[in-house]
Amino acid sequence: MPTYQLKVNGKETTVEASDDSPVLWVLRDHLNLVGTKFGCGIAQCGACTIHLDGSAVRSCSLTMASVEGKSITTIEGLSDDGSHPVQEAWKEVDVPQCGYCQAGQIMTASAFLEQNPNPSSEEIKTAMHGNICRCASYTRIHKAVAKAAKNMA
Amino acid sequence: MSITENKTTAFNRRSFLKTSSLASGGLLIGFNLFQACKPEVVKEAAVDLAKLDYKDFNAFIKIAKNGAVTIFSPNPEIGQGVKTSMPMIIAEELEVPWEMVHVEQGILDTEHYTRQVAGGSQSIRHGWDALRQTGATARQMLVNAAAARWGVDPSECTVKDGVVSNTKGETLGYGDLVEEAAQLEVPEEVALKEPKDYTIIGTDRVNVDIDGIVTGKPMFGLDYKAEGMVYASVLRPPAFGQKLDTFDATEAKAVPGVIDVIRIGEKANALLNQEAKNWTAILSNSDKVVVVAKDTWSAIKGKNAVKATWISDSPLESTEMQDEKLMGLLNGKAFMNLRKDGDVEKAFAQADKILERTYESPFLPHNCMEPMNFFANVTAERIHLVGPVQTPEFAAMGVADMLGRDVKQVHLEMTRMGGGFGRRLYGDFVFEAAEISNALQKPVKVVSTREDDMTTGVYRPAIKYRIKASVKDGAITGYHLKEAAINSNMYGLIPNFFPAGAIENYQVDVANYRSNITTGAWRAPYTNFLAYAEQSFFDELAEMMEVDKIQMRLDLLEKAKGHNDERIQYSPERMQEVIKTAVAKSGWGKQPEGVYQGFVSYYCHNSHVAEVANVQIEDGMPVVKKVTCVVDCGIVVNPLGAKNQVEGGVIDGIGHSMYGNFGFEDGMPTAMNYDRYRLIRMKEVPEVETHFIQNELSPTGLGEPTLPPAGGAVANALKAATGKRIYKQPFMEDPAFWKTTEKPILG
Repeated sequence: MPTYQLKVNGKETTVEASDDSPVLWVLRDHLNLVGTKFGCGIAQCGACTIHLDGSAVRSCSLTMASVEGKSITTIEGLSDDGSHPVQEAWKEVDVPQCGYCQAGQIMTASAFLEQNPNPSSEEIKTAMHGNICRCASYTRIHKAVAKAAKNMA
Repeated sequence: MSITENKTTAFNRRSFLKTSSLASGGLLIGFNLFQACKPEVVKEAAVDLAKLDYKDFNAFIKIAKNGAVTIFSPNPEIGQGVKTSMPMIIAEELEVPWEMVHVEQGILDTEHYTRQVAGGSQSIRHGWDALRQTGATARQMLVNAAAARWGVDPSECTVKDGVVSNTKGETLGYGDLVEEAAQLEVPEEVALKEPKDYTIIGTDRVNVDIDGIVTGKPMFGLDYKAEGMVYASVLRPPAFGQKLDTFDATEAKAVPGVIDVIRIGEKANALLNQEAKNWTAILSNSDKVVVVAKDTWSAIKGKNAVKATWISDSPLESTEMQDEKLMGLLNGKAFMNLRKDGDVEKAFAQADKILERTYESPFLPHNCMEPMNFFANVTAERIHLVGPVQTPEFAAMGVADMLGRDVKQVHLEMTRMGGGFGRRLYGDFVFEAAEISNALQKPVKVVSTREDDMTTGVYRPAIKYRIKASVKDGAITGYHLKEAAINSNMYGLIPNFFPAGAIENYQVDVANYRSNITTGAWRAPYTNFLAYAEQSFFDELAEMMEVDKIQMRLDLLEKAKGHNDERIQYSPERMQEVIKTAVAKSGWGKQPEGVYQGFVSYYCHNSHVAEVANVQIEDGMPVVKKVTCVVDCGIVVNPLGAKNQVEGGVIDGIGHSMYGNFGFEDGMPTAMNYDRYRLIRMKEVPEVETHFIQNELSPTGLGEPTLPPAGGAVANALKAATGKRIYKQPFMEDPAFWKTTEKPILG
């Protein structure tokens, strides 16, 4: 198996993985970063969302070859202590039900707010439309993104 | 309806009540009622927190010498919030500040807890008395310990925030008392708090796992790891009705990371040949090919490289064929009667008017966001099982049975679950993990892909209802509900829901046919579709009778009052209250032009709910903009979490009735993943406004009861907006059906 040099959550890491392995499974099984979740494997649900050089991407459909030399941020690296404004808003609104999709939701929301710090309600809906929450905590997700935007302003 | 006794209650700790609960997700399983606290000192059940000098007070409570309290939440957490709300109930009676409480998930421990089940929206309802008794008993023992030390009567002591005080103003904290208290005799009777004195119950408390969830801490089954663990991916028959014949693992074994490829099924199949047991109903009779690897990706890749051949041992069914069969049942006479009041045929014969309608639903997969998975480590000494399961006790018993082991050797740890919705009531994935670990003699985690999960499910069965009603002299005189379902029929309580007791001639009949497609409980079993059918029917009936839709429901409930039929499940009074409240809160009949409303009132899972959906036309298409939901579920333990359940239930109900479609072709599911299976997403989500009826009645279910009415409210609002009534789910299967030329609503 080939070896890859990765920068994950600010740390340089070397990992041995098969060249077609999605980044998701390398993070989860090899680097023990299990906060990034497996939902569908075909980039349809958003549970596996991470940041690649600051942009939200689906790690289940990202090959190792495509991330070499780039900077990966996972939910574990979004902040040291859960104090990122999006995480704080999630706590304030008490968003989760089962909680499984929420890391992906938070990663999508945080990348979105970096690009659009003052979104309209419709823009929030469009930005979060790609992330499925099977418990349907959508109204709180929407509220928390709006709150985070306000808190970051 | 009597007000719940919140006063002093006799509490016999030795009384183990065994009962059979059919309300629990439709499972015909004898559940133990939640055992009240077992107050002797328990050492085994405690998770080792080590950092504090804890005293294990009982199976639910540990108190450290510094006063910190750990409360074990006994029931599985699937997102319904019991890991927060059940400990809140204990903490309330224990008289400790919530901020001092640390909550841990209890392990499966049938000696000290019972009904460790997540199903039927019953955790809080069944736990309510026992959890209060548990907290109150511990509190009383702590007070007794303080009184003994001071040489005063316990009645002279007061307690607040984990501190006992006497009349002289002396105080002792729980931490100081716990050693002595735990040695005291357990009081047979303890006083429970009055609801007006509650300081925790009824207040907003954030999910106890929130910090871990937002920072991605390992807490789900899929996150669990153990030393020496291998990963397994399982190849199952691609179609229902097929069995494994042969397989070639040459290419699979060549995949880097793959350790082994094995065939399993012998143990599970042997179990199937035994006397029928509840947990065997969903086991496949096919052998399976298991690819074992050092990581998940290699296992999945290896599985995809296995070349297998399959043989058919029963028909490969299609949706078309199933529809014909179900329609044939509805048109036929092979029904089983579930309830018969008066004589519906006579009422129909004498009627002025008759309305008869047929409603159809597809199968639905559960689609828990966390795919099925489980960890097993079977050794000669013990069977260690870890993962997400709604019925841990039955999974443990089944595994012990399958492997010919004593259930006492099974150590089962429940993880937080990435959704359940009924799918995790069935322990098939636990059995698989145990059989694989037993074969390998290694710790193994079995992981399903989304495709595995969606194509080898235990689906909500496809169902058709036919409802016929008669009107004579302006009154509803007869009501006949017929159900045709795949594999299983509505459970026994449902025929006693509304309108049973409200219409003199009333009959419910069911018929089914056995399919080889596995079916089971799906969030709010049966009512998840029935509520739409019946409430849609009532609207149409009111239209035919030219009477007010709300008033018709209130009048029927008026007729149901004062019945002495013990089978009747709902309360007409409580139902009328939620209806009137929903009318007021939703601005029913007072909406601005262009806002069309649909109404539903429904009882299930012991709760009464009314919902009003607001639909507007945008770009020629009806859009659900808002739902007002009124719930009477008795005392609301944690309003913050409860509202989340209501919103989720309503949106889930809308999503599946509008978009959820799942069928079969040659025994194979027509969708395997979210590219072809549509779940509701952010842009389709309406605003949800929630109101709880304030009362002091014992809490009832909340995880399910707001879901069934949602589809009906939407269907009725769609009719109001477009003039079209829909008789088949999913509503949006053919968007062209709804397209109108009406101008978009402005503003």
